[in-house]
Amino acid sequence: MSAESLEASCSKTRNPFTGAEADAVSVKVEGLSKSFGDLSVLKNVSFDVKPGEIFVIMGPSGSGKSVLLRHIAGLDIPTSGKVTVEGLDPSLAESRDRVRLALVFQAGALFNSLSVYDNLALYPREHRSGDENAIRARVMHALKILSVEQSAQQFPSELSGGMKKRVSIARALVMEPQLLLYDEPTSELDPVMGATISEIIATLKNEYSVTSIVVTHDRSLALTIANRVGILMAGKLISLGSPDDLTKSKDPRIVDFLNPKIDIEHPRFKKLETKDNL
Amino acid sequence: MKQITKVLEGVGSVVQLLLQSLSYAGTLPRQGARFIEQCYMIGYTTLPIVAILSFFIGTVLALEAGYAMEGFGAKEFIGSLVGLSMARELGPMMTSVLLAGRVGSAITAELASMKVYQEIDALTTMNIPAAKILVLPRLAAVLVMMPVLIIIANIVGWFGGSVVARYVSSVGISPEAYFAALRHYTKFKDVMNGTAKAEVFGFVVVLVCCDIGLNTRGGPREIGASVTRGVVVSLILILVLDYFVTKLLM
Ligand SMILES: Nc1ncnc2c1ncn2[C@@H]1O[C@H](COP(=O)(O)OP(=O)(O)OP(=O)(O)O)[C@@H](O)[C@H]1O
Ligand SMILES: [Mg+2]
Repeated sequence: MSAESLEASCSKTRNPFTGAEADAVSVKVEGLSKSFGDLSVLKNVSFDVKPGEIFVIMGPSGSGKSVLLRHIAGLDIPTSGKVTVEGLDPSLAESRDRVRLALVFQAGALFNSLSVYDNLALYPREHRSGDENAIRARVMHALKILSVEQSAQQFPSELSGGMKKRVSIARALVMEPQLLLYDEPTSELDPVMGATISEIIATLKNEYSVTSIVVTHDRSLALTIANRVGILMAGKLISLGSPDDLTKSKDPRIVDFLNPKIDIEHPRFKKLETKDNL
Repeated sequence: MKQITKVLEGVGSVVQLLLQSLSYAGTLPRQGARFIEQCYMIGYTTLPIVAILSFFIGTVLALEAGYAMEGFGAKEFIGSLVGLSMARELGPMMTSVLLAGRVGSAITAELASMKVYQEIDALTTMNIPAAKILVLPRLAAVLVMMPVLIIIANIVGWFGGSVVARYVSSVGISPEAYFAALRHYTKFKDVMNGTAKAEVFGFVVVLVCCDIGLNTRGGPREIGASVTRGVVVSLILILVLDYFVTKLLM
């Protein structure tokens, strides 16, 4: 599907629970740079995400993917450049009133003092969307989609890593976001659950026109769901294109990144075995 | 110079947090459950230690008063001395110090770990202000629980004094004489005065500890550092404010 027809077919998001319509949102990142002290983490990153698009960001560990997502969520302030979501500055509370945005944190960021159920119910309760029965239905539905409804009364500290991840995705779904940001949604999940996550992301896009930005190391997830993939290396966006463009790319950095060669004869592995290193 | 900027920054951040929390005051009726939970945390869990400490402060006051007043042959006034010092100064002061150690540290630790483990960030993306659901209920709870704690501290402290007055032979005055003097010289105004002080101290302790917790950056080590900071800053503020509030209320 070309980008233009995508935009035309996805101009409205439908709320998965209430069916209410809202405009699908776009994201614009312009010349974004971020430094922590002397450490320059993002270097002049620019890209657009179209309304209703699934935009995947890949890149080696430590390349700045999570920091980039935090900027889009308005949690970090750029050193220079800017990020806008539907033309609004995401770091302002007023913008969050207008555009519902959810972030699935890499580490889950569940509220440890609340049960799984209350973790999910917090948002609808605070924003007074519906009575307690409606909220219960919404919360249990989201937990069911991710097969964690059995854990509703447990606390985050009692869950496994993968369960926390799923609860945190469910918590994002309950927010009925127009823009959903995922930080490694499948990193701790088995392949079956990973496939479910792909389906969720695709369904939210196809049926509800939710704009998604997905940070992942999971190559198959990226190549199956993405409309476009950006590759971030050492804080620079070195490639941006369709999954096809990416697999056909001749750029050695991208070829190496997508098809890592494991060479156990490599001297750096040999070193581990020598006694002096222990 | 750097220190001064830091202090001013801290003051600014605390004032900002206060104004922000107050701007959500209207949501308090809907936050009943959180408010009750905090009342329990702040009031109920601090009560035993406040009672024990007050009892012994009362006893020591009576002992010292007995020793000091013996020379004047004015032992009947022990009650008035214990009554007044407990109500006006030691009750509010020691209760606030305990509050800083017990509640302040817990608040800082909880909010700091929520910050470090990105729970506060999650709240931000949900457009649920921490000032509204985390700070406001605690501020309201401390305002309600502090007078309760103070009244119990006073009663237990006065009672502690009477026990010493009665049973320690070097003091040896009857409970009737002790309480008569206490009632005669300790006015309702003095108790109110002490309660007002405690309200100020308690409010400041909770506010400052919330602020320090929410401004934690880094990892687990910084949580510990924040807790220490919260308690130390609270104690200093209690001591400094004590002078000014006392002066103001005279
Ligand atoms: N708050 C911070 N203060 C200082 N440095 C930071 C901070 N957050 C991130 N960094 C640094 O920014 C760089 C990028 O971090 P980031 O978390 O974005 O990596 P990532 O691409 O998400 O990696 P991974 O795939 O391992 O999650 C790292 O070098 C990290 O040390
Ligand atoms: Mg990351």
